[in-house]
Amino acid sequence: MPKQLLKGNVAFAEAAIRAGCEAYFGYPITPQTELLEHMSKRMIELGRTFLQAESEVAAINMVYGAAAAGVRAMTSSSSPGISLMQEGFSYIAGSEVPAVVVDVMRGGPGLGNIQPSQGDYNQVTKSAGHGDFHALVLAPSTVQEAIDLMGAAFDLADQYRTLVIVAADGAIGQMMEPAELPPMRPLPKRRPEWALTGASGRKPNIVNSLYLGAAKLETVNQRLQEKLERIEANEIRYEADGVEDADLVVVAFGTAARVAQTAVQSMRRDGLRVGLFRPITLWPFPERQLKAIAARSKGFLVAEMNAGQMLQDVRAVTGSDFPVRFFGRMGGIIPMPEEIEQAAREFLAQTLTAGAPAGPDGGNGSRR
Amino acid sequence: MVTAQMIDTIQEEVTYERPSALADVHTHYCPGCTHGTAHRLVAEVIDELSIQERTILVASVGCSVFAFNYFNVDACEAAHGRAPAMATGLKRVNPESVVFTYQGDGDLASIGAAEILHAAARGEQITVIFINNAIYGMTGGQMAPTTLIGQTTTSSPFGRDDQQTGQPLHMAELLAQLPGTAYSVRRSLHDARHVIQARRAIKTGFEAQLQGLGFSIVELLSSCPTNWGMTPSEALEWVAEKMVPVYPLEDFKVVEELQGRRRGRR
Repeated sequence: MPKQLLKGNVAFAEAAIRAGCEAYFGYPITPQTELLEHMSKRMIELGRTFLQAESEVAAINMVYGAAAAGVRAMTSSSSPGISLMQEGFSYIAGSEVPAVVVDVMRGGPGLGNIQPSQGDYNQVTKSAGHGDFHALVLAPSTVQEAIDLMGAAFDLADQYRTLVIVAADGAIGQMMEPAELPPMRPLPKRRPEWALTGASGRKPNIVNSLYLGAAKLETVNQRLQEKLERIEANEIRYEADGVEDADLVVVAFGTAARVAQTAVQSMRRDGLRVGLFRPITLWPFPERQLKAIAARSKGFLVAEMNAGQMLQDVRAVTGSDFPVRFFGRMGGIIPMPEEIEQAAREFLAQTLTAGAPAGPDGGNGSRR
Repeated sequence: MVTAQMIDTIQEEVTYERPSALADVHTHYCPGCTHGTAHRLVAEVIDELSIQERTILVASVGCSVFAFNYFNVDACEAAHGRAPAMATGLKRVNPESVVFTYQGDGDLASIGAAEILHAAARGEQITVIFINNAIYGMTGGQMAPTTLIGQTTTSSPFGRDDQQTGQPLHMAELLAQLPGTAYSVRRSLHDARHVIQARRAIKTGFEAQLQGLGFSIVELLSSCPTNWGMTPSEALEWVAEKMVPVYPLEDFKVVEELQGRRRGRR
């Protein structure tokens, strides 16, 4: 299919449709509303289910219902709406129905603003709801990747009967760039055997997350944990560029990685040995891969559009002796390549190539 | 005198049995609770309408949280108050299914007020069985939006004070105001006559969905002897004497297509 100029939010929606999304439930919130709007037209044209819910709480519980019926179902929102959906995330995880959520992150906390942010990193990777579970979290950095990851999101959700969150920031949702859409996938003719379709010729199916007996619930929890371990073992995605010989590796995801790429290329033109490591799965985090890179480089610069959330995951990988610095912008500000480059050059000059010891301000993830 | 010939002609006739849609299990409900009656009535109606193989139950949070264990139909357990939203998702992608929620007053009238209102406003093709026992049962007897003025609960120990907590919510009346609602009535489970009337209403509620007429709700006044601190019979008398005057047993909305069934049955 030829490339076309697509807005990120529209690309998410159309890619979901082509991946076989049969039901969309959502609620307007900037900067993701174009996704809902595209769905409101296309899903109806295709005879699929679109419904604008009365709230994000209702939307995610409608997704829960449609997913329990065994169809590919999704919603989308932005940070404050994601907070409201956490109830449903937890039930979906607990009852093991597949569902896909797009979070087009904006500045927070509170009402924050509508500018791009990565402030939901901890929320989507670590605390997407009560109880022991993780969503599988995918983070695109281009509109093309947004399209590609939507197809992967539905496949992974079905494969593991799990919640998949596609975490983008407002920049990816709002920007337009050339991208190629995949062909329309045919819809499955049958529902999964566990789905609620009416108990015709079989025993009733039950979709449930309630287990009052402690021993029974622990067994359920152990099964969920085993599933998460399988996801950790098999579904890590990342991109590494120029890390083989790098003294300094910039670690960034989403739009921040895209900005960092420009900074890294600029420094490499000057002969500096700088690489870029971009996690695509934020959960599971590419720990093993990053640890291997830490073993042969001298320091990491973590760049994020938040106060340093992925930073904690990076430091957990490297340990406290390895030099890690952080550069971040908050409030919905996208960092400039020059800012990241300056932070990287300072780090290189002061710590990594001068042989200076990693002091409290030098090596351990100091924040600015 | 009974002769051998007479015995030959005696035939067994089943006059009372467990409905097919009702599971053959012990329930966790307290002695004297009317949930069991309501469950049986719903199951009888499912049998009578021959819809067991295409019915999906959405259970809610409250004493009926285990309802999915008591019906022989596909079932799920919604988050507190969200049963109408979950039912919406199920029904929209399974339009041939018969989807019903079974919700208590805390679930439907308090935490799930938005979800039930908007499901009705959309004319969602679902049937709602609404158990109003004027109290939060499962958590041990706290004040509900339906608690009567002056009624003592564990969270209104001096009696419900309308100056502080407002007046009881009349959900069947409220939901009847919405154009999407095809059927909204209140019945009671406090004696045999009223139980029979409740059964007819439940059947009409499901028929509204089967005919695609819109949202249907049957509110059932129910007893909670455990949390009211009464014997089962005292609790049924309390329903008749205290609840019925506050919550009139009426048809608040019956669309024309269902009117024929209504005649002479109140």
